[in-house]
Amino acid sequence: MSTLEKEMTFGEAIREAIAEELRRDPTVFVMGEDVGRAGTVFKVLTGLYDEFGPDRIIDTPIAEAGLVGLGVGAALTGMRPIVDLMFGDFVTLAMDQIVNQAAKLCYMSGGQASVPITIRTTLGAGRSSAAQHSQSLHAWLAHIPGLKIVIPSTPADAKGLFKSAVRDNNPVVIYEDKMMYTLKGMVPVDDDFTIPFGLADVKREGDDVTLIATSSMVHVALEAAKHLGELGISAEVVDPRTLVPLDRDTLIQSVIKTTRAVIIDEGHRGYGITGELASVVYQGAFDYIDAPIVRLGAMDVPVPFSKPLEDATIPTAKDVIRAVQEMKIR
Amino acid sequence: MPLPPEILLKMYRNMLRIRRFEEQINEVYTGGLMHGLAHLYIGEEAVAVGACTALRDDDFITSTHRGHGHCVAKGGNLEYMMAEVMGRVTGHCRGKGGSMHIADMSVGILGANGIVGGGFGIATGAALSAKKRGTDQVAVCFFGDGASNQGIFFETMNFAAIWQLPIIYLCENNHYGEYTATESVTAGKCIADRSTPFGIPSCQVDGSDAIAVYEATAIAVERARSGGGPTLIECETYRYRGHHVGDPGESYRPLAEREEWLAKDPIIRLRIKMKADSLASDAELDAEVREVESEVAHAVEAAKKAAYPDVSEVTQHVYA
Repeated sequence: MSTLEKEMTFGEAIREAIAEELRRDPTVFVMGEDVGRAGTVFKVLTGLYDEFGPDRIIDTPIAEAGLVGLGVGAALTGMRPIVDLMFGDFVTLAMDQIVNQAAKLCYMSGGQASVPITIRTTLGAGRSSAAQHSQSLHAWLAHIPGLKIVIPSTPADAKGLFKSAVRDNNPVVIYEDKMMYTLKGMVPVDDDFTIPFGLADVKREGDDVTLIATSSMVHVALEAAKHLGELGISAEVVDPRTLVPLDRDTLIQSVIKTTRAVIIDEGHRGYGITGELASVVYQGAFDYIDAPIVRLGAMDVPVPFSKPLEDATIPTAKDVIRAVQEMKIR
Repeated sequence: MPLPPEILLKMYRNMLRIRRFEEQINEVYTGGLMHGLAHLYIGEEAVAVGACTALRDDDFITSTHRGHGHCVAKGGNLEYMMAEVMGRVTGHCRGKGGSMHIADMSVGILGANGIVGGGFGIATGAALSAKKRGTDQVAVCFFGDGASNQGIFFETMNFAAIWQLPIIYLCENNHYGEYTATESVTAGKCIADRSTPFGIPSCQVDGSDAIAVYEATAIAVERARSGGGPTLIECETYRYRGHHVGDPGESYRPLAEREEWLAKDPIIRLRIKMKADSLASDAELDAEVREVESEVAHAVEAAKKAAYPDVSEVTQHVYA
């Protein structure tokens, strides 16, 4: 792999991943609402329309069920569509297509069919967009066998995982935190830079406590780890990067080493991702665990509009630090 | 131009294959050899056969929960179909799909579907794929009167119209959505009218007349292949049996209504026409019947003898 890197934003990394895959494979195309000249509502795809034209960057009606349904049918018959669902909240409108169709066609056909569709969508509160444009609903789809669920936290991960998604022969849903599009990071310069699914990444090494975090919560965890370091507590930050498949082993090994874990995810806490990850860690590291695992997620309320209310619902570095301090490590 | 006799004979044969196959499904189901649900297509054979006779092997169809007829007509294998509904490993889907999910990608059967209206997106996407890949393949989306009230029907008609996709929405209006009379839950004069606002041409066809269904589909296929975009065809038809095996279909349907439809049975009707036009003799047609009965009997026997999948297969095919 090339060691050349360049700095770019999370959004630019995704755009570059899509552009490279469009250049590489003529069966790849993008469709969704406002993906064309507008380059999506978050401007992530700016410029793609100019390079690839309306046949490959296709504006669609506002009709999420039909949009995803067409993607499934196209994927089933030789294409590799990237379907853009601009807000994760809108996945609810396409649930039959994703859950009953895309996820099941390979299995129900006894392996005859494959559905190489990539669905890119968003998660995350913080934009004062209220309860229908701010949810983090990735747990819904992580529950469904047949789907792969990707949830990157850095520009490099976003690029490498996105390219793997497009090349995967299965339906892949990639969740991008809309608050991270301007986040900068170093990204390898290599048209074939991919990151395999099911490989967690240790974002910071530590010995006293493991902070397992997803998406933008990785940055919350890293901030907390920095402050904890100043308090003499060494925190390890582990990012699963893909929820399905899940790299159980890296999570478990980290907690075996540190003996404690805080798990942070922006989905609702109730019946959420953190519950599943905690269960994985308990089962794999039970004999080594010195403190009850703490789960931090979005409060179990609809995401409110008013800024102070909204801010109160999302886990912060302070919440993480408090949780670790209550473990009374030293 | 009248259809050549060999095409008519093929349609007669395929309708018979469906009828006998479904009769055997009824037998194996009531005999306890098949589990789950069985939605019989008996009475509607002219729709699947008329439509699929106008298609090529490399064209696509999506089917419904009442899908055996479509699969037979599009080239599914009777033995593998019977094995599939019995949950055997030799089934088209290795026993993982069953009656409501038979698929055979090798002949363009993109799957029957347990969700009412589940095929609209897939079929329209297959049409989009054909257009993007620059082939002249077309897709036929079979759906029922019940599915015509699903929102995605209208979403996909809009997609097909704006992009002029090579798709035929083929409605089998058998007048009952499960146990409910279609007219009591469906606005408008007819389902064919529903494409009018999208500028999609449509027609109503006698769904007991295989030739009429073929002709209407052939026009739509020609339009689709030549870049003329989508078509909606509404076929008036009737299921002789209940919604599924176990439902006599009598409590919610007038008996006289069934008698009316039996009197215009699609198989008898084509037979009478072929004889009247001197295209086939009784002896030739009877020979077809015997051959079909033998083929179906063989399919049943082979399926009965086939093994169930090994339990180790339960985790296979979750991912490609």
